[in-house]
Amino acid sequence: MDVLAGKVKVTSKTLDQTMNPAELMDHPIRLTARDVTVHYGEKQALHGISIDIPDRAVTSFIGPSGCGKSTFLRCINRMNDTIEGAKVGGKIELDGEDIYSPDLDVVELRARVGMVFQKPNPFPKSIYDNVAYGPRIHGLAKSKADLDEIVVSSLRKAGLFEEVKDRLSEPGTGLSGGQQQRLCIARAIAVGPEVILMDEPCSALDPIATAIIEELIDELRENYTIVIVTHSMQQAARVSQKTAFFHLGNLIEHGDTEDIFTNPVNKQTQDYIMGRIG
Amino acid sequence: MPNTGTDHIVTSYNEELLSLAQAIAEMGGQVEVAIENGTRALLKLDRELADLTIIADQRIDDMQREIDDMAVSMIARRQPMASDLRAIITAIHVASDLERIGDMAKQLARRSLKLEGLNLQPTFYNGVKNMTALVMRQVKDALDAYGNREEAASIEVCNRDDEVDAMYTSLFRELLTYMLEDPRNITACTHLLFCAKSLERVGDHATNIAERAYYLATGKQLTSDVQELQRQQIKA
Repeated sequence: MDVLAGKVKVTSKTLDQTMNPAELMDHPIRLTARDVTVHYGEKQALHGISIDIPDRAVTSFIGPSGCGKSTFLRCINRMNDTIEGAKVGGKIELDGEDIYSPDLDVVELRARVGMVFQKPNPFPKSIYDNVAYGPRIHGLAKSKADLDEIVVSSLRKAGLFEEVKDRLSEPGTGLSGGQQQRLCIARAIAVGPEVILMDEPCSALDPIATAIIEELIDELRENYTIVIVTHSMQQAARVSQKTAFFHLGNLIEHGDTEDIFTNPVNKQTQDYIMGRIG
Repeated sequence: MPNTGTDHIVTSYNEELLSLAQAIAEMGGQVEVAIENGTRALLKLDRELADLTIIADQRIDDMQREIDDMAVSMIARRQPMASDLRAIITAIHVASDLERIGDMAKQLARRSLKLEGLNLQPTFYNGVKNMTALVMRQVKDALDAYGNREEAASIEVCNRDDEVDAMYTSLFRELLTYMLEDPRNITACTHLLFCAKSLERVGDHATNIAERAYYLATGKQLTSDVQELQRQQIKA
């Protein structure tokens, strides 16, 4: 066995991609948020959040329950608009365009910025129709053949096609939890998003199903900007290149995932990730 | 190819573990070359080779730091379990042992610079040559046992450390004899004694690596009881 003759090369490419977010310098900023605030009635849930989200990378939001991470996530595709009494201040831009501009088509925004929720929520339709629904509504397919292609391609990208190709007409709700979640991801991908938001996508899943989704996220980030809210900081450490720590509606620290988890700057961040009471 | 076991669902995790194993293998290769060059510089009084060996040690030190960083990063981000955890922790230890072996090789090269112009007989070198061959075999076998996660091979390396120690003792006596024969031999033989000590230390580090290999393969620490049991099984 000749590995010891120095003939084996260390592959630093993979290390760079997973451990060296300096390569993110090639990734332009996709989303910018400046001084974003959210009020639910009189109660202020977010206090001036400013953050840049890079393209084709995974940014995770971590923090204790009630810290505002999901609230902020919902600002990015204006889901907070659907909550009565919710008021959003500040500015969020997607590719330089203000997403809270009165001229902006919110329905189109929610196609460009897809969302996957904690509890898998497939429509009470067939697997095929779950994925085809969005493209039909948005008029993305000129023919049945086009639609078939979109459905198959989305299911493939979500790593689900091989498992369901022989039963596309069966109900989506008949799948396992992990499969349902991948179906929801396929559904989000089908309308051609640029950004995918994930709100605790694996909380309802077992470790194997979680690992399958995490592998999928690793693949998806080559083509999409991904933002994931997770209450599992271990998941954030595994899956993301950038991490933002929220606490009581404030953004405490934001940086390279490796730095946040090996050498955070802020004491609050350190206490949280070490499981110490601050 | 280093054996890292069954594949993970998350392929990037697999690739990181493989990169770590490959980094250890590469560092091992560099260290073996360093011992060989250090000894050759000593035996041939090759100044140029000695200088190259001394400079090359910097790269070995850098590799240890890189491996440490990789390991810490993986522990923070992957929460490794079971054999993955052992692989990452033992990589830190093995890199440290390899770095020390590299330092020994550098010392051999430095000593060769001091031997120039001294009264050196070819016979003085025989013991050092033989000892070098033995410890290089120990280092190679230990690294193979580590890379392949082989229990039996790692115990064999540990047991053979007795031979290294015996050879050192014998070389010590031989060099003393030359010094007693002729005081003009004292300086050269003293330097060679230090070289022999360095080689004996290389043997100890190789044994350390073999112990890590055992731990990686079995999840248990290699105790003297286990070693003794193996010796008896081999005799029977």
